[in-house]
Amino acid sequence: MNIYVCVKQVPDTETKIIPNADGTFIETGSIKWIMNPYDEFAVEQALLVQAANAGSTVTVLRVGSVKDTEALRTAMAMGADDAFLVEAADNLDSYSIAKALKGAISKSGKNPDLILTGKQAIDDDCLQVPQILATMLDIPSVSVVVEYSGSTTDIVVKREIEGGALEVYGVKLPAMIACNKGINTPRYASLPGIMKAKKKPLVVLSLAEVSVVESDRRVKYSHFQLPPEKPSGKKFDATDSAKMGGVVKEVVGLLRTEAKVI
Amino acid sequence: MAKILVFTELHGTHVKGVTLEILGKLSGHTVEIATIGKFPTEAATELAKFGAAKIHSLAGANLDKYSPEGYSNALHGFISKGAYDYVFAGATSLGKDLLPRLATKFDAGMASEVTNFTMEGDKFFGTRPLFAGKCFAKVELSGPKPHFVTVRPNALGLNPNPTSGAAAASDSTVDAGAMKAIIQEILKGASEKLDLTEANIIVSGGRAMKEAANFKILDELANVIGATVGASRAAVDSGFAPHAMQVGQTGKTVAPTLYIACGISGAIQHLAGMRTSKVIVAINTDPDAPIFTKADYGIVGDLFQIVPLLTQEFKNLLGK
Repeated sequence: MNIYVCVKQVPDTETKIIPNADGTFIETGSIKWIMNPYDEFAVEQALLVQAANAGSTVTVLRVGSVKDTEALRTAMAMGADDAFLVEAADNLDSYSIAKALKGAISKSGKNPDLILTGKQAIDDDCLQVPQILATMLDIPSVSVVVEYSGSTTDIVVKREIEGGALEVYGVKLPAMIACNKGINTPRYASLPGIMKAKKKPLVVLSLAEVSVVESDRRVKYSHFQLPPEKPSGKKFDATDSAKMGGVVKEVVGLLRTEAKVI
Repeated sequence: MAKILVFTELHGTHVKGVTLEILGKLSGHTVEIATIGKFPTEAATELAKFGAAKIHSLAGANLDKYSPEGYSNALHGFISKGAYDYVFAGATSLGKDLLPRLATKFDAGMASEVTNFTMEGDKFFGTRPLFAGKCFAKVELSGPKPHFVTVRPNALGLNPNPTSGAAAASDSTVDAGAMKAIIQEILKGASEKLDLTEANIIVSGGRAMKEAANFKILDELANVIGATVGASRAAVDSGFAPHAMQVGQTGKTVAPTLYIACGISGAIQHLAGMRTSKVIVAINTDPDAPIFTKADYGIVGDLFQIVPLLTQEFKNLLGK
């Protein structure tokens, strides 16, 4: 099977986000970049499917700035065979990213049997790229997948919806599957894996080489700003059991009379 | 003035609350509503009150349950005939899955999960959180029409003075087309309550819950005030609660009217996921816990003592 994994490089979840001076994006200078956490599940799933189907290859794709290839090297250290990077600004919109991924798949010269990615990137939180790419490639896709099983031609996946309910789909490959936490437990890259990854092929492409132009941009952002700070609230000491009942009574009263939410 | 379609799911005899929020916000524009299925009378009445000009009930084979291909084929066919400038939907599980597919069929752009927007003439200007709400940005769309937008539930609120509409009923037949991802069944989740993303009140537990069984005291409180129970990443990673209950950057971003955080210290990625809650109550033994910087009402104390007292006090207040 030709297995593809689309990964994104995003700021670490502990990062304090600061808008840049002209509000067109965020300050990226001191950010620690990591592989999008949901994409780790996709890499792991690709490696599990590869292990179950001898002769399969796992190719990782990423669209983003070239300055740091952490996400691709991590995926290859985990076990992926090769990688394609489409060099682009980090604030490209979902439509352009999907088009670039489609172009990179085409440049790789193979037909995908399975494309995996995370259900969302935790930077722009759009949840669009998997569905856009599948529609562009005219293949079926299921998003927010928490269980995967199947053969080289047919798979069964479970998609999580409201309240933890699951939709069960039977899917004909080739297909695009967007993974949620819970589908597997991603492995850590071993030291030999990290050493090997340095020698694995990483092809860098430009946006022009994958036929993405500025007019492909569908979504434009501006005025990046921090959320308004809340004025500080009221704090009550209820560590003393004699005061506890009174504090609770007061807070419940305030929720009704002051906050008017109950 | 723009011609706008709002796609809605049905929830029993009602439409989703977010549909009415969107409709109320679009007061003054020609807004039509579409659903797969038949609008019940109650839903039609609500939609008329909030200004719907027309309501389309769509029917066709293989559309009794959601499927990505079936719904996107069916709606692509329907929308193509309407010359709409914009198609809106709630950012529900279904809306988030469906709209990017539809947008791509029109080669069009989409703004995901906006928390506010304005229409200036027929131009859309949205505001949406990025980085799980650590910052916000303005969003505009360009390229072929219609443009697509999903709106986060509970973010806009209901228009208190909506202009009513005719809500003229119309029935259309739609075609689900060929499908390669076939839905086989739907397995019920642990909770029949409103999903965290749609809940008006959330009671959340953190690492200090100590074990899964202790979430029972949160369930009891939640039952009294009609809340949905959530959890922090620390609680989920410790195995106290499933990932479906996780609030935060790698879980769900929520915007309830009231958020009660029990034994949650307030890691940056948790705060990002719940900071747009209207009113926040925090209970924690550590007076310096970061959660208190975001709380409207902070109670320094032991959740195992405070939560049962809260449950009793709410019972008294609500006469239960």
